[in-house]
Amino acid sequence: MNELHQFIQSHGLALLGPQWWPMAWTLLWTLIKIILLITPVMICVSYYTLAERKIIGAMQVRIGPNRAGFFGVLQPFADAIKLFCKETIIPQGSKKAVFFLAPSLTLVPALLMWAVVPFSPELILADVNVGILYVLSISSLGVYGVLMSGWSSNSRYAFLGSMRSAGQMISYEVAMGFTIIPVVMLSGSLSLKDIVASQQGVWNVIPLLPMFVIYFISVVAETNRSPFDLPEAEAELVAGYFTDYSAMSFGLFFLGEYANMILVSFLGSLMFLGGWLPPLGFLGFIPGIIWLSLKAGFLMFVFLWIRATFPRYRYDQLMRLGWKVFLPISLSWIFLTGLGLHLFGKV
Amino acid sequence: MVVDIIFYAFAAVTALSAVGVVSSRNQVHSVLFLILTFFSTAALFVLLEAEFLAALLVMVYMGAVAVLFLFVVMMLDMDATDLRQQAMNHLPTGILVGVVILVELVVVLSHAHSHGEHGAVATVSNTRAIGQTLYTQYLYPFELASLVLLVALVGAVVLTLRSRSKGAKRQNIGQQVARVSAETVQLVQRKSGEGA
Repeated sequence: MNELHQFIQSHGLALLGPQWWPMAWTLLWTLIKIILLITPVMICVSYYTLAERKIIGAMQVRIGPNRAGFFGVLQPFADAIKLFCKETIIPQGSKKAVFFLAPSLTLVPALLMWAVVPFSPELILADVNVGILYVLSISSLGVYGVLMSGWSSNSRYAFLGSMRSAGQMISYEVAMGFTIIPVVMLSGSLSLKDIVASQQGVWNVIPLLPMFVIYFISVVAETNRSPFDLPEAEAELVAGYFTDYSAMSFGLFFLGEYANMILVSFLGSLMFLGGWLPPLGFLGFIPGIIWLSLKAGFLMFVFLWIRATFPRYRYDQLMRLGWKVFLPISLSWIFLTGLGLHLFGKV
Repeated sequence: MVVDIIFYAFAAVTALSAVGVVSSRNQVHSVLFLILTFFSTAALFVLLEAEFLAALLVMVYMGAVAVLFLFVVMMLDMDATDLRQQAMNHLPTGILVGVVILVELVVVLSHAHSHGEHGAVATVSNTRAIGQTLYTQYLYPFELASLVLLVALVGAVVLTLRSRSKGAKRQNIGQQVARVSAETVQLVQRKSGEGA
């Protein structure tokens, strides 16, 4: 490994000279790190879709996909090949530039957020000291992909779906943002690394259990998952905002949705479930990244479990839940957290 | 060096998309250009190591204000030519406002230069610094500003609140959940051929 590094350094220096090589090397190294981060995420996404079909199949006493490869392990590849080979249909009267920009604007924010996710104290792509704010601000961009796709499709179903979806995403973003504030108050830092480090004694889920519950329900709504999948309520809106998308531009929406689900599962385990910290001290010999993956994997399972269990919400019930139930509870919990910190003399 | 290249790239995107806001024929495209302007401005803030301000700019302006703009513009079917005619009438006012902003900028910049304060001010944690300044030194102006926002909030609610007592149907979720089939379902026996 060391020899390889020296080989690259010496040849690069000879090729570009001492002025340009360090700059080019920084660029190259960052690019390699990004690829090393995105590839596992994408593999996770593709196998999460298979896991979803298998788990929901088991819950509904079905078999699920089992034709492509042993136990259906090749199913994600079959799906990908199918989506790539299909014809891309552009609806008449659509705004082409916006139409093609929209799916990538859904996927790109979902991938951008992975930059600040720490997998262990050392394993982090960009150690930003406002990590959690970065995640919140980038996640607020996801709504543009939805709005643009609905508007540019020149279809009533897509437009109605995008309006619903945007309203839902904005509402639950507020609820989600307020559940994160007590976490930040307890740890006294906006950096995800410090937030995990501050849970060394006790995980945030214990003092902030209601916040964790609200966080999880909010992200289910934020990622447009069942039982809050009103944007694509197929009985009334065909498929919501991506009704008119086909082939890979349709696939990009799906990749974005699943990447988002995995991301919020990781964030939930980092903020509330102690991240890479083991549940009991003597289990510390197991690497932190395995603990983190197990916790995130559990939350990802709950996503599917909820989908197989609950019927769809009605839109007015959804709005009522977000604004009239979650918002007051999380606002008052911020006050309670401040009071608790004051009483126990932490501030 | 690299920072310079990045700065000019983002500054160019900011300026070009700002031109796009006023020059594009489609209003939705205008709003999308406005969003791009916000985003590249946030990137410029990051270059100044003011990542807290950048995150706030993206969250507040792109995550909330611009979404509202986009909502309204998408819902209203406005005629572009008519709007252009009206916009020409407001040209003198627009130029006046532009000149005032330019003069203000020049005054502020020349003032800052005379004190030698320019470029990036790298603080240890500017989030903490902003919080401490805001809640100690500028506490009263800050609270006053939040009061103004509260008044605006209440005003918006009052403006949109209509009394819908006439023939309005309201849903009471508690009632809906408490309903049982014995109260609502009625089994009626009818002789065939008699109808209801």
